[in-house]
Order: sequence, then structure tokens, then C-alpha cells
Amino acid sequence: MSLTRADVEKVSLLGRLRLGDAELDTMTEQMGRIVGYIEQLGELSTDNVQPMAHAQEMHNVFADDALGASLPRDAALANAPKKDAECYRVPAVLGE
Amino acid sequence: MLARSATDLLRDLSVRKLSSVELTQAYLDQIKLYDGQVKAFLHVDPAAALARAKEIDDRRAAGKPMGKLGGLPVAIKDVICTKGQKTTCGSKMLENFVPPYDATVVKRLKEADAVLIGKTNMDEFAMGGSTENSAFFKTTNPWDKSRVPGGSSGGAAACLAASMAPLSIGTDTGGSIRQPAAFCGVTGLKPTYGRVSRYGLVAFASSLDQIGPMAATAEDAALLLEVLAGHDPLDSTSANIPTPEYTKSLSQPFQGLKLGLVKEHFGPGLDPEVEAAVREAVKVYQSLGATVKDISLPHSKYGIATYYIIAPSEASSNLARYDGVHYGYRTDEKQMLAELAAERKSLEAKQDEKGLKNLDTALIRLYRKTRAEGFGPEVKRRIMLGTYALSAGYADKYYLQALKVRRLIRSDYDAAFQEVDFIIGPTAPNPPFKIGEKSGDPLAMYLEDLYTVTANLAGIAGISIPCGLTSGKTTGSPLPIGLQIQARPFDEDRLLRAAAMFQRGTDWHTKRPNL
Amino acid sequence: MPHSYDLIVGLEVHVQLQTKSKLFCRCSTKFGGPPNTQTCPVCIGMPGSLPVMNREAFRLGLKTAIALNCEIPQFTKWDRKQYYYPDLPKGYQISQYDLPMSQNGWLEISDPKKEFAAKRIGIIRAHLEEDAGKSLHDEEHGKADTRIDLNRTGTPLLEIVSAPDMRSTKEARVYLTQLRLMLLYLGVSDCNMQEGSLRVDANVNIHIQGPSGKIATPIVEVKNLNSFRHVERALAYEAKRQYDVWEETGRTIKDYPKQTRGWDDAAGTTLPQREKEESADYRYFPDPDLVPVITPKAEVEEVRSGLVELPAAIRSRLEKTYGISDYDSDVIVLQGLPFVAYFEEVAKLSGDGKKASNWVTQELLRILNDQSITLEQFPLTAPQLANLVKLVAGGEIEITRAKEVFNDMVANRRDAAAAMSALGIAKVDSSELENICKELVAANPKIVADVKAGKQQAIGALLGQAKKRNPNANPNEVRRICLELIAKMP
Repeated sequence: MSLTRADVEKVSLLGRLRLGDAELDTMTEQMGRIVGYIEQLGELSTDNVQPMAHAQEMHNVFADDALGASLPRDAALANAPKKDAECYRVPAVLGE
Repeated sequence: MLARSATDLLRDLSVRKLSSVELTQAYLDQIKLYDGQVKAFLHVDPAAALARAKEIDDRRAAGKPMGKLGGLPVAIKDVICTKGQKTTCGSKMLENFVPPYDATVVKRLKEADAVLIGKTNMDEFAMGGSTENSAFFKTTNPWDKSRVPGGSSGGAAACLAASMAPLSIGTDTGGSIRQPAAFCGVTGLKPTYGRVSRYGLVAFASSLDQIGPMAATAEDAALLLEVLAGHDPLDSTSANIPTPEYTKSLSQPFQGLKLGLVKEHFGPGLDPEVEAAVREAVKVYQSLGATVKDISLPHSKYGIATYYIIAPSEASSNLARYDGVHYGYRTDEKQMLAELAAERKSLEAKQDEKGLKNLDTALIRLYRKTRAEGFGPEVKRRIMLGTYALSAGYADKYYLQALKVRRLIRSDYDAAFQEVDFIIGPTAPNPPFKIGEKSGDPLAMYLEDLYTVTANLAGIAGISIPCGLTSGKTTGSPLPIGLQIQARPFDEDRLLRAAAMFQRGTDWHTKRPNL
Repeated sequence: MPHSYDLIVGLEVHVQLQTKSKLFCRCSTKFGGPPNTQTCPVCIGMPGSLPVMNREAFRLGLKTAIALNCEIPQFTKWDRKQYYYPDLPKGYQISQYDLPMSQNGWLEISDPKKEFAAKRIGIIRAHLEEDAGKSLHDEEHGKADTRIDLNRTGTPLLEIVSAPDMRSTKEARVYLTQLRLMLLYLGVSDCNMQEGSLRVDANVNIHIQGPSGKIATPIVEVKNLNSFRHVERALAYEAKRQYDVWEETGRTIKDYPKQTRGWDDAAGTTLPQREKEESADYRYFPDPDLVPVITPKAEVEEVRSGLVELPAAIRSRLEKTYGISDYDSDVIVLQGLPFVAYFEEVAKLSGDGKKASNWVTQELLRILNDQSITLEQFPLTAPQLANLVKLVAGGEIEITRAKEVFNDMVANRRDAAAAMSALGIAKVDSSELENICKELVAANPKIVADVKAGKQQAIGALLGQAKKRNPNANPNEVRRICLELIAKMP
């Protein structure tokens, strides 16, 4: 299998997940099998096929530039796990 | 009363033979009696439902105009936002999330005078086919409580089978309406992508997700779709076309109906009892005047691989917002900071320069721990898969290739629909399986979606209707079998007619389990 | 012995488009509201919410791209650029990746002071994307939580990426100045840097003339450039720093990846910004919630033909029509469209473009600067100023007196005639002037003799005396008449 534990660890940082040792092992094994399965798409020649990112081909959908109502601040912040009267709060961010 | 169809009940409501309060109370009683075992609902607010029912009754008594659902209770999958009411998506991450707004479909239901009776259980973020991935509890199949109801709209299907609601709203990203409908013996429609607004549907895979009606019969599903469907300026992908009056055309007969049987759908892995029931259903259509021909969807065998690249890729992005900052769960910050400090100290003691350099910042650790604790294993697996499939060096090989195969799959359908009106076959390869039977093997679970994912990839419409019960010889108790019918984009009108035609000729849709 | 080197600069400019509402929702884009009062489920990425593109934002982007001579591809789409940061609530920014709405344009820059020859700066692309929110960091670093305000989240930005075509700090500054001016003329942005409506990142390296050919240093992206002056200073600093690092380490572009550094204006240095190894993997993919935009050629032509006259065209037209210098036309155009219109009115009504230009670029601008007022607040209308310019041009009033009149007009908000009569300025009757001159010539035989002997400058003394007899006597006239009288004398 080409997918290594180190690869999986790197992906877990990209996806902002923290996986324990045992979880990493299981994940490496399971992802390995799934990736092994999806590899079969490689057997299809698709050089002249346009990618299909949307289920329906639509275009030019716009809204007019008109002001609408915003949420009252307490409603906007209501679901925040940590906040003060005005803002969301996170641990001090330094040069990140 | 609870065995009657929604359409039937609505007739009585509209002539005030029955009040919405009486009806709502009857369903609440049924929930009280049986939901302890079925566990279809995550939240039910009896007082609010009854108050709403009363308000509708009062308006009707006063001769005021009534919406299309005129007091019928509707259950809503807990992935659809309801203003001021918890919307958890079956996840610890959103355990206490209360949206400040209503989804467009919820608005439409309210305008149509539906009584929102409760929010139904589901696989976490709609990822799964058994409802075992709910962070809260597993819903059981009312036909056999040791078995799964299917998923991800397992609660939505089970509550119908257990007569705890006459109408139910599900969502379908790879089969999540049709497969649980098949497993629970009810009717479930996945509309064409764009037919129903996604605004307020918490996204799993945005280019595949679609909200749809679930009910006892095609007629009831038509009634509900009429309310749900329609253009929404808040959803850029919502189709700007008129909504037909599905209930009006439902009983029109078909002349020269042509059905296609996909030869790839009858290969190895298909349960013999399911195959037999489906072939029997085909005969029913033939007896009603339809012609049936074998067709091929040559790329359908790549459906699962394509789907399990595109859906996780989009999911990995859609679920990035759950980071413990703006809403939802956050890890214990003090403990997290203490852990981080301890790790730093130990690395410093070992003079591990590389380890120190790679050590998470407080913010990154906050994200990683929050997400590790807030998401269940299946969600994590899909985030990992999707992140990998989109990452530098792999995006062309996996993601882009999947988008191209997606087009090939759609082209297969376009070609097939040149020859036939509908494509029919099994909804799922087997009857409902035992709880826990497949939960250790994600790939085996993914292969369950074999017949359903291609409709989502292609964006077409599909419905599952009951077409039989297993004998019970191998399964212990008789279990429902679903027939899937797929139609051209935006052809729900005729699709519902075809389903109603079958239901006029059979009684499978009237079967209910002994609770 | 130090080697010579060339500075190579490309600039990425983010400009906020002037819409009422945000790019994907209808919240206000107004600057300075109390934190988190201009948000809704869409711009805070609340579960279930969906974006819908603001038509006006797209139109403003299109207009700008066309003015920047860009190609407008028929098909464009939006992609998700994925990274985690607390001021980015969805965990991705909706931006454009491989198929931007415009590409391959240029902006011509020139320097009236002729420090460099006029040249075209390539525009690689200009694309439409959403802004992030604001992180409010604690004063004492690390002592308290960072606070997040999402008012700005989802504000429409046009990112304009130049080619690395600038070769000096001066060129970079002129490019920014000209770009800003064009955006202002187009009316697509207020370009207010204090409010973050215009932001600049610079990509910079140097090409060193080495003993065996050209050596390129690693490219550095400099961030935190909050004014055009910062850009100039940071570029100058970076050039020297990169040269020193090269001398010390020999590192070239081939063996070192692009790095990001932040400009610290107080310290006058750039500092490396912390980057994780994986941070550059943005995992772009097409946003499934938005649909592509198709722009037919006819629509592009329609926008093009509806464009206002742009600064470069106005400059050359002013030079041609009014015969003014390129330096003056530059000064006028830099002041903005209302100023141009004011100048043109003064020039037309007075019939003397050059004089009109002198008056607006010197006297008028002096008042605006001294009093810190805008043209709209300036008390004189263009016809009023034109009237004064006309009097000067017709020799009706002498220049020093005209300036006194101008100051009075401004101070007392009145027209030239009223100011002149208040100052007691009236044109002296020609016979009276002749009489004054005759008396002066008769009374100053020594001066007459000096003039006759060839010392023309001796006449100057008579001008002062004439002014004493009548303060409105035009010195030029007095000089002409006196010289004529002396010439006629035997």
C-alpha cells in the first residue's frame, strides 16, 4: 500500500484532526483499503472528458446589491463557545 | 387513524372531521409509546406542536385560508435548520447548536401550515447508511429492532414505518432517502438536484445533497414535494423553473411506458430475495402495460469510487467550519493548554529540535482537539479521505479524475434515457442488516450505496417504493424490500405517476410492522 | 567589490469594491461599525447557509479588469481556498484559482520628472474574492485572548496581480499611484488605505550581475505594507537585505523557496513570518455552492464603451487641448475628476489654458492645502476664477495685484469685481497714465539720460514713483509708455 502512517499523520494536520496512536493505525489501514479501491478510476482514459463539478449546468446566478438585515449581535454570537459582549474569543494568536 | 395516508387525513382535516390537535396528539402518543424502542426522534416538543396545531385549527374554524398541508404533522431530519430549535446533525459538534434562521424548506412547511412534530435521528452529518453513526443513539428498524433502519435518514424513515408521523423530510447525498425508505418499507423521493432549495440544509457534499419527501405513498410524497419544491433566490444552485402540481397529475395513466433494467445492477452481491422481489415488481409493470428492456450503464461500476472521492472532498471542506470558534463544540481549553505545555517541556528536556518545531501552536491544537473530540469516526474518516484527495500532488489523480468520471456517468444516463422513460432496479443490494454487522468495515458499508450514488452524481431524480418483504427464512422476521425508479432531471412529475401506478396495483406500501 | 543588481518587483493589490452589500450576502460593507453587528448566517459561515454572488461586485470587477486592458474569458468560476484561521469562519475563502475572471492586461506608468521612461506594467490577473474578518490582538502579546470581529468577512475584493515588471522603488510607487488613481476615476473603490480598502503585498527579489552572469535571489513576499511610503521603504530595505544575505550565504532562487516577511515600519525592517510546512496546501476546488459566470463578448464591449475617460487619456487630452505641460496635466489629473472638470471650465471660460493651469495648480491648490479643504469646500466657482484669469490674460490687472484680488475673493467669498473695488483697484484710464508718465519723464532728467545712454534698467525707479501717484498703474504699461516718451525725446 502506498499510503503510509506518516502520510496519514500529515493529512491529519491538514484536516486539523488530532489522531491518537491507535487511531492513526486504524486510519492508515482503513484509508489504505479505501484508497486502494478508488484507485480503479485510474484505469479509465478521460483525456477528453470535461470535469463535472456541478450536478446541473447553470450559470450567472446573481443577487442585487441591496442591503438586507444583519443578525443582532447577540444572535450572531449566541452559538459561540467562547465570547465576550462583542467578539468571538480564541487563544492568543501570535504571528500565525 | 395512524394507518391512514396523509392525503386521506388531510381530507378529513379540511372538512373538520378531524382536528389537527387530535391528529397531532395521536402521533405524539404513538411516539411516547414506541419511540423508546425505535429511537427515531432526537427532539420532540409536544407543547409547541400542539400549540401550533391549535393555532391552525383556530384559523380553519375562522374560515381563514389554509396552506397545502393544513395541519398535518411533519417530521424533519435534524440536518435541516429550524430557527430557535436545536439542529444537531447527529453530532456532538453541534449538540447545542440553535440556528438563528429557518431553512427555506422549513419556511415553506410553516407557510403550508404543517405542524413540525420533531427532529429525526441520522448518521452524523448524514454520513452513513445505517444511522449507527449518530453521536446520540442508534435508531432501530421498526420491522426488526436488532436491525438498522438504513441511513442516513434512518430516523426519518423509521418514524414513518412506526406510524409516529405521516410525513417526513429526509436528505439524500448518495442514497440517504431511498435506502432507509427501502429498509423501512416506505416511499422516499430524491428530487433532481436543484429542485428543492438547499438553503438551511447543513451541507455534507454540496454538489450531491438534496432534500426530499418521505411518506407512506407516492401520493403523499407528491403532496409534500409540492410544498418543498421551487426556486429559491438564496440557493444559487436552485433551478429557476416552475413547480408542477404533482398531486394533480398523479393518477393520469401512462401510454407505452418504457422501463430500463440495468444489467450491471443484477450482478454478484445482490441478495436473491431482493432480486426476486424486484423481478416480480417488473412483472407488475408489464402487467400494467409497460415494456421493459435491458440497458447498460457502463460506468456505473465506478460509481462508488467516484462518489467516495467527490463526497468526502466536498465534506472535508464543508466541515472545516467546525473549529470550535464560531459555533458548536470546543475542547476544554485549559486542559489543552496544559497538555501542550507539558509536551513542550518534555521535548525541551529531550532537546528534540524537530519535535519542538513541529509542535502545534495553541490555536492549531485547539482546532485539532476540538475536531478530534467533536466528530465521530466515520466523519473523521471522510474528512481524512477528502483532505487527502484534494491535497497537493493527489488532486488531479483523485479529485479531478472523479469529476471526469462523473461526467461519463451522467452521459450514460443521458444515453439510457434516450431509450427508456425510467430505469428500475433494486434500491439496496440486501435487506436491512444487523446493527453492528458492518460497522467495522467502512468499505463494505460504502458498497451498500452501489445502486443509489449514481443518481446523485448525475443529479437526476430517484424514488424508492416498497416492493416486497423477505420471507423471514433467513432474516428471522419479514423485512421490507425497496424498488428504485430513476428518472430524467426534473421529471419528478412522471416519476411520481409511475410510482403511484405501481402502488395502485400492489399493497406493499400499506404493510406496517408489529411494534 | 560589490556587484551591481536590479530590483525586481511584482505587486499584489487587494482593493475593496464599492458595493452596498457584501459579496455573497446582503450585510453592509460599511467600515467602522461596532464589532459583529454586520453579519448574518451567510457571512459567518453558519451551518446550512449558502452564498449568492453580488451582481454589482462582479460588474465593478469587470469594469476594472477591462480598464486594465485585461482579457475577459467567457467562462469563469469560483473556488474554495482552504486554510484555518479564526477570522475565516468557513475554513475557506471563496476566491478564484485556475480560471479567473480576467487576465493578461497592463497599466502604463510614466514619470513626469522623467526618472524612468514610460512603460507598461503587466497585469497577470484580476480576480474577485471575499475578504476575511479582523483579529483584534491583545496589546501585550500573548497575555489575553485574540478577539474576532467578522464585520468585514465577505466584503468584495478584487485582487490585482502585476507581473514582476517594476525595476525600482520609484516605479513601484508610480504603479500604485496610477492604479489607485484609475480605480478612483472608475468609481469602483474609495481606495482608503487606513480603512483597508486598498492593501498591498510585494513580491521582490534582486538580479545580481555576478562574475559569470545573472544571479536571482530567492523571492520574498512582503506583507503588512500599510502605505505607499511603506512599500518604497520596505522594497529598498529588502533589496539591500537580500544582497547581504546572498553575499553571506550564496543562496539563490534555485535553492530556496519563496518566503513571507512582514514589514515593521517602526524598526524599518522586514521580519520572517512563521509558516508551517503544510500551510501552502490550499486544496483549491470549485465551490459547489456557486455557479460559473459566462460573460459574452458583447457584454465586455458594452462595458468597455461605457467606461469613463481614464487618467492617462485625460492627461494627454489636457496637454493637447490646453497646451499645458505634462507636469501640470499630471498635477491636475492626480487631484481627481472634479478638479479636472474645474480646471477645464476655468480654461474654457478664460480662454487661456496655460494661465488657467497656473492658477489652479498653484494658487488654488495652495489654498486647498493650507486650509485642508476639498475642492467642494473651495469658495470660488470656476466662472469666478475664470473671470480673474481673463482679466490677467487681458492685461487688465497685473499679476501681483491679481493675487491680492484672488486672496480677497477667497477670504470674502466674492467675485473679482467686488474684490477689486474693495481693494480700490481700477484700471487707470490711458490718458491719465500718459499724463503721469509725462510728468515723471519731465521730472527725472537723470534717469532719462541714463536710459538714453543704454541703461534701460534705470527706468525701474520710475515704476515705483508711478505706483505712488496711482497704485493701480500697471507697471508694464508705465514702462512701455515711458520708454516711448524717452525715445521720442531729442
